[in-house]
Amino acid sequence: MSFLKEFKNRELVEALVRKIKNIHLKKPIKICHVCGTHEWTIVHYGLRTLLPDNIELIAGPGCPVCITPALDIDQAAELALEGKTVAVFGDVSRSIGVKHSLEAVRSEGGDVKIVYSILDALRMAESDQNREVVFFAVGFETTAPATALHILRTPPKNFSILSSHRYVPPAVIALYSRGKLEMDGVIAPGHATTISGLKAYEPLAKEYGIPVVASGFEPVDVLMSIFMLVKQISEGRAEVLNQYSRSVTWEGNVRAMQTINHVFKLTDAHWRGIGTIESSGFILKEEFKDYDAKYKYGLKDVDYANEMHAGCRCAEIMLGRIKPTQCPLYMKVCKPNKPIGPCMVSIEGTCRIWATHMVPS
Amino acid sequence: MSFRSNESLLAGTTRILYKMCLAVPAKVIEKVGNMAKVDFGDNTLREVDVSLVDVSIGQYVLVHAGYAIQVLNEDEALKTIELLSEMLSE
Ligand code: SF4
Repeated sequence: MSFLKEFKNRELVEALVRKIKNIHLKKPIKICHVCGTHEWTIVHYGLRTLLPDNIELIAGPGCPVCITPALDIDQAAELALEGKTVAVFGDVSRSIGVKHSLEAVRSEGGDVKIVYSILDALRMAESDQNREVVFFAVGFETTAPATALHILRTPPKNFSILSSHRYVPPAVIALYSRGKLEMDGVIAPGHATTISGLKAYEPLAKEYGIPVVASGFEPVDVLMSIFMLVKQISEGRAEVLNQYSRSVTWEGNVRAMQTINHVFKLTDAHWRGIGTIESSGFILKEEFKDYDAKYKYGLKDVDYANEMHAGCRCAEIMLGRIKPTQCPLYMKVCKPNKPIGPCMVSIEGTCRIWATHMVPS
Repeated sequence: MSFRSNESLLAGTTRILYKMCLAVPAKVIEKVGNMAKVDFGDNTLREVDVSLVDVSIGQYVLVHAGYAIQVLNEDEALKTIELLSEMLSE
């Protein structure tokens, strides 16, 4: 597949930018994406600087670590402090809740282990049956199938999960319909949509008149998707189109979705800083509740009056209302090596991506 | 701005293998049951679980946190390039 290098080709990028500039738009538009990796491509290749002023690219809530509730992070940290082994992805290990940060808990002797996949966590549980192992299951529908797969394979009794898995399509639709996320077109997240299928985004086009294009992650992919959206907007059309057809299909990965639906049910779920969104979180079904750490250890849900650190504006960043550079703390107090908010903690977070590309404050 | 236009599909992927949110393409070189050995292109070999896809040796899969989540469709990739050249020549 070496021909895929075309998707980074500079001439194609320039040609696409010319095509986009030639489209007549009656008014300025906002195009929203919902994936940290799309934001990385946009910032890394400077795509915003190539586009005309009347097209604004905004980054929606596309970072699973950023939207993981502070409560879940604190609960994971407390389990580690109580002597359980808490297995997390590397990016999650830096998460900061309200009371605890997983990294700090780790340096205090809490058993926080970094894993590459849920399988590593299972192996820990299998190798020592006396050790309680909790896998902190963070991630969207891209990550949830692997968790589900292993729950179906009947893990040992000393294994459980703390599920912060979230489902992107209902969240984007709800945030738009409530006027929280303003946009004229949306770039669907290529990898999450590989699982959910493009059909999950159909209501946006059909009910709300918002065109949708599933996009790949190379610069040509993203610009081609923007072209496909801008053209629709200028012609007053709203369709669901697929730029990333090498991976995304209308139905998605049916086997992966079935695996998820076997194990999890959708529930109203909290997105950090954003609030509760209907049917957007995956929790284990009744028959698997012994593997649910919240049930197993009787974790109590409490309401935090404020789950963001003083001055942190991640909530507005994740709704595309402000840019990281508009946060007074950006690169002054809040930096990649000393993050304040989740958007600077996670490598998929908008503030972090901007900071590592030295976008000046 | 730098565009690495002659970079192959797979180059430079290992540094991002640990980004949880990312899925990275890799070529299946061996398969036993649910597990396959895949090549990320710069001789980085890994065992991945292929339970969620139907894949044969020689095909490319998208790997996310140790699991193949899709088999990449080469014909569709070519079609996208064709569609792109049509769009550009319009
Ligand atoms: S710069 Fe830091 S404090 Fe400001 S919004 Fe981003 S993460 Fe929060």
